[in-house]
Amino acid sequence: MLHIINFAHGSILMLALYAGFFLFTLGGVDPYLAVLILAPAFFAGGYLLQRYVIAPVSFGKDTNVLLVTLGLSIIIDNLALYLWTSNTRTIDVGYAQVFVDVGVTAVALPKLIALGAAVLIGILFWLLMTRTDAGKAIRAVSKERQGARIVGINVEHIFALSFGLGSAVVAIAACLLLPTFYVTPQVGNAFVLIAFTTVVLGGMGSFIGALVGGMVLGIVEAYSGLLLGESLGQIGIFVIFILVLLFRPTGLFGQRA
Amino acid sequence: MKKILLVIIVFFLVLPLFVESRFWLGFWTTTLFFALLGQSWNILGGYGGQVSFGHAVFFGTGAYVSAVLQVRLGLDAWTSAAIAVAAGALVGAFIGALSFRYGLRGSYFALVTLAFAEVFRVLANAWDFTGSGFGMLVPMKPGAANLQFADRSWFYYAILLLVVLAYALTWRVERSRFGAYLLAIRENEDAARALGINAFRIKLAAITLSGAMAAMAGVFYIQYYLFVDSHVGYGPAMSVNALLAPLIGGAGTVLGPLIGAVALGSLAELTSLLLGKEPGVNLLAFGVLLLVILRFLPNGLMGLLRGRS
Amino acid sequence: MAVLEISDISKRFGGLLAVSQASLEVQAGRITGLIGPNGAGKTTLFAIIAGFARPDGGSVKFDGREITGMAPHRICRLGLVRTFQIVQPFGALSVRENIAVGSHLHERGRARALQEAEKIARQVGMQAQLDTPAQSLTIAGRKRLELARALATQPRLLLLDEVMAGLTPTEVNEIVAVIRSIRDAGVTILLIEHVMQAVMSLSDDVYVLNQGRIIAHGGPRDIASNAQVIEAYLGRRATHA
Repeated sequence: MLHIINFAHGSILMLALYAGFFLFTLGGVDPYLAVLILAPAFFAGGYLLQRYVIAPVSFGKDTNVLLVTLGLSIIIDNLALYLWTSNTRTIDVGYAQVFVDVGVTAVALPKLIALGAAVLIGILFWLLMTRTDAGKAIRAVSKERQGARIVGINVEHIFALSFGLGSAVVAIAACLLLPTFYVTPQVGNAFVLIAFTTVVLGGMGSFIGALVGGMVLGIVEAYSGLLLGESLGQIGIFVIFILVLLFRPTGLFGQRA
Repeated sequence: MKKILLVIIVFFLVLPLFVESRFWLGFWTTTLFFALLGQSWNILGGYGGQVSFGHAVFFGTGAYVSAVLQVRLGLDAWTSAAIAVAAGALVGAFIGALSFRYGLRGSYFALVTLAFAEVFRVLANAWDFTGSGFGMLVPMKPGAANLQFADRSWFYYAILLLVVLAYALTWRVERSRFGAYLLAIRENEDAARALGINAFRIKLAAITLSGAMAAMAGVFYIQYYLFVDSHVGYGPAMSVNALLAPLIGGAGTVLGPLIGAVALGSLAELTSLLLGKEPGVNLLAFGVLLLVILRFLPNGLMGLLRGRS
Repeated sequence: MAVLEISDISKRFGGLLAVSQASLEVQAGRITGLIGPNGAGKTTLFAIIAGFARPDGGSVKFDGREITGMAPHRICRLGLVRTFQIVQPFGALSVRENIAVGSHLHERGRARALQEAEKIARQVGMQAQLDTPAQSLTIAGRKRLELARALATQPRLLLLDEVMAGLTPTEVNEIVAVIRSIRDAGVTILLIEHVMQAVMSLSDDVYVLNQGRIIAHGGPRDIASNAQVIEAYLGRRATHA
C-alpha cells in the first residue's frame, strides 16, 4: 500500500518458517497455534526493523529501500544458512494427510484452511484500512506523505506499522504453509518474486486484488506446470510478472494510473 | 590522480611475478573478474541510475552462448566468444527496449531484470541444448587457439587486459556527451528530456553496452572454469555479485568497481580466516558491508578516498 | 507569423477540466506573460506545449509547424525549451556540468560544451558558483541554474515557469535584468509569474488564465485595470476600484 518494495519479504517468510519449525519440534507447538505467538512477535520485529534499521539506512529515499532490503535479505538468508545449514526440514502433523473432497477433486486440509485464512485476513485488512484510525492514517500516508505529516501523522510510525503488519501476515502465512511445505534457507527467494507478482497483478494497494492475483497465479503455476513440464513450468509466474509490469502496471484492481 | 593510476596498473602488471602461490593468483584473477562484471553493472546502474537486480541475465548469456557454440556446434573459442558478447548486447537491447519503451523505472525496472534472469535460468535448466540440469562442460584443450591456458597466469593477464579495456572505455564514456547525458538521466530524467535528450535511446545504448561487457565477463568465466549451469550463470548469486562491487566501491565512478571487488575479495578471505569456511559466512559479511556503506558512505569507498584528496 | 500558436487546447484530468479551449499567440522577439490565480492551469498548459502532456483537444504550432503531442526532446531540438516550476537540478553535478548538459544539444565535444556552459553561467551571473554541486544551491541559485540550463540549449522560444517564486526583491530585480538581456539577444519568451510588478514591467503582452480559460489578453496596463481579471484574483466584491 505504501508503494515500498520490500525485498526482504521472502527472507522474513523463511525466518517465520524456521520459527514455526522450531516451535513445533522443540516446543511441540502446533503450527496453527504458533500463529498466536509468531504473529505478534513478527509484528513487533517488523516494526522495529523498519523504524530503526531500514528507514535510517535508506535516508527515507524510496530508491534506496530496495537496496537496503536486498542487503537485509542477504544477511538474513546467509545467517540462516550459517546457523541452520541447508538441510531441508519438514514437520509431520497428522492432519496434513487429511484430504477434503471438494467435488471435483480432493484437497489437503491445510491448504483449505490456508485459503479460508487468506480470505479472512483480506477481509480483516479491508476493515482495518477503512474503519480504524490507524488504517486511515496508512491510507493518508500512502496518498500524500507531506500532507499527512502536516496534519500530525507520524509518518515514520506509520511506515513501521505497515511493515509490522506485513511481517505479521507473513508469519501467519508461514504457519499456514508449514504443514505442507519444506523449510530451507533458500525458500524465501522463491516466494519473493511470487509475492511481488501477486501484488503487481492484483494491483498495488488492493486487498481484493491480492487475493484474486494469488488465485490467478496459483492456477497459472499449476497449468504451466501441466503444459510445460516440471522444470519449465516455473516460468509462468515470471512471464506474468514481466507482462503485467510492461502492459498493465496498475494490475487488475490497482489505484495509481 | 594520474600517478595513482600508474601505480595501480604497474601493481597489477607485475603481480604474477611476485605471487608464487596458485591460491593468490586465483584470488587476484577472481577479483579482477568481479571488477569487470561490476563495471558492466556500473555503466547501467552507477552512471545511468538504472539499478539492475538481474545482471546475471547478461553474464549467463555470455557464458552459455560461448559454451553451446563450442560444444554443440564445434565453433572455435574465439568466434564463440565474439558471438557470445554480441548475444549479451542483444539481450541487453531486448530487455532495454521493452522495459524503457514501457517506462519502467526504479524498483520496477530492477525487479523486471530479476524476472528476466529467472526466465532465462528456467529455460537454460530445462533445455537439453543448454545441458538442462547438468549444465555445460567445455572440454579442456589447453592452447591459445582454444582460449584456454595451461599456465594460469595467462588467464590472469587475459582478465587484466579485459579490465583495462573496459575501464578505459568507461573512462572515455564518463568524459563524453553520452556520459553527460547518462548522468543527467540518472539525476532527473524529466529535466533531461526537457533539454533535448532522447532518454530512451541513451538508456538503450547503456544497457546494450552493459550487456556486452557482462557477457564478456561470462566468456572469461566459461573459459576459466570450463563449466556453467543455470544456477551459476543465471542465478541470483551472480546478479548480487554484479552489484555489490560497484555499490561498495562507488557507483558512477571509473575505479569504484575495482575498489569494491578488492574490498569484497579481501573481506571474504578475512571472514574465512576468522569465522571458518561454512557456507553463508562470506555473503553474510557482504550484506553487512552493504548496509554499512549505504548508511555511512552512500558514495562508496571512492567517496571516502575523494574526501581525502 | 507568431512563433507559438496555441489553438483551443483542452485538457481533462479525470473529472477536472484543467484547461478549456485556451488559445494564445506569442510574437517573435517579445516577452509574453501568462498570469492567473493558483490552479488556473498555467503549468498544465506549459506541460502540453513542451510535450510533457497530451491535450485532449486543440493544437500547438511552433513556427507554423504542428508540434502537438511531440516528444519533449524533439520539441527541445526544434528550439522550444521549458523550465520547471518545481526546480529540477541535476543534484550531484556541478553548476557547470548542469549547464553543459544543455550546451551538449548543439555541442558534441565535452570540452567545448563545458566552455559554453561557463559563458552561459556568466550571462546569468553564476560564475562564482561554477563548481558548486547543484544540490548545495539555494532556491534562488537553483532557479537561476534552471534558467541557465535552458538557455544553454540555444532556444528560440523559452518557457519560464515561475522563475521568480521564492526570490527576494533584489534577486527578482537581478533576474528581470537577465530575462531582458535574453530577450534582447533574440530569444522569445513566454513566462508564467505571480510576482506582479515583474510580469507587468517585463511583458509586452499578457494573457490571463482562470479556471482553465483565457479570460483576458492585452498590454500590461489594460490587464491591470481589467475588471474580470481583478475579479478572478480578488473575488467579486473587489471590482470597484
